[in-house]
Amino acid sequence: MSAARYTPVAIGLHWIVAALLAALFGVGLYMHGLPLSPWKLKVYSWHKWAGVTAFALLLLRFAWRATHRPPALPAAMPAWQRGAAHAGHALLYVLMAAIPLTGWLMSSAKGFQTVWFGVLPIPDLLEKNKELGEVLGEVHEWLNYLLAAVVAGHAGAALKHHVVDRDDVLTRMLPRRSS
Amino acid sequence: MKKLLLGLIAAALLPIAHAAQYAVTPDRSALTFTYKQMGVPVEGRFRKYSARIDFDPAKPAAAKAVIDVDLAGIDTGLPEADEEVKGKDWFDVKNYPQAHFESTAVKALGGNRYEASGKLTMHGRTQIVTAPFTYGPQGNAAQFEGSFTLKRADYGIGQGEWADFGTVANEIQIKFRFLATAGK
Repeated sequence: MSAARYTPVAIGLHWIVAALLAALFGVGLYMHGLPLSPWKLKVYSWHKWAGVTAFALLLLRFAWRATHRPPALPAAMPAWQRGAAHAGHALLYVLMAAIPLTGWLMSSAKGFQTVWFGVLPIPDLLEKNKELGEVLGEVHEWLNYLLAAVVAGHAGAALKHHVVDRDDVLTRMLPRRSS
Repeated sequence: MKKLLLGLIAAALLPIAHAAQYAVTPDRSALTFTYKQMGVPVEGRFRKYSARIDFDPAKPAAAKAVIDVDLAGIDTGLPEADEEVKGKDWFDVKNYPQAHFESTAVKALGGNRYEASGKLTMHGRTQIVTAPFTYGPQGNAAQFEGSFTLKRADYGIGQGEWADFGTVANEIQIKFRFLATAGK
């Protein structure tokens, strides 16, 4: 058993963000089809607050990653798999940044400012513009489907490491079991 | 005798000649509303309205404003919300297509500032509203700009599931900027 593990902070952030993004994705799909009602307005607000939270956590992860080197990949991994792993992780980070940014820009373009938890107003970068708002809505949606596909690949690769390669790539991202 | 009669007619017409009659030019004016939705200010506008204003800055007490707003011309920013607010729980435009304002008193506040009070009727209910405004003459035209806040519940607007003010606040701020041309 290799001792190289992710730090508890990195592990905590990884799983908190994973749970948050899964919830945001599900709520996003659900709320889109709702008829207009006070409930819909509430759910949209909560989705936006959670999205800003996910972005803030992403910034924390960037800061942590920049100051804490992640454990190395197993030496036995072929070069193409290493390349794919790094590209996949980079794409995950890009999408985790781009999705809340497009959500925020869409809100501004549609004329509904984002106010984090109803308290902290996030400035509107864009003027109200209906057409642009709709385009950004489409982009937000498709980036999410792309993220879902990349996450599926990410989880599939982790399981393959665990079950087929029998290495520690998956377990080193799991919370350590207290004995 | 003829001269005296003409003189009397002229004297009778004099106050009217002083008070300019203005017709608002909608494409150079704006009638907007701002309210809080989940604590966030959201702005919308009314696209269709007509307004006639009689105003003489020297005699504000004689001023008169009549404004009719075609509520079906509302633009909330969201098509589904436009449809919702035309419906039964809100304006109910089928039965109450217009909002009507008629001033009852106008007074000077000093400088170019004035205050109009009047009756605002919407959704079959009438309330007194008071709106401070500024008067800016621009040659043959004038700009009237001001705002006031109304409570939607006073007019029974936003009923049923919308009656709770937690999602859509009770206070609605109405802002107007009328550019009006005289002598029509």
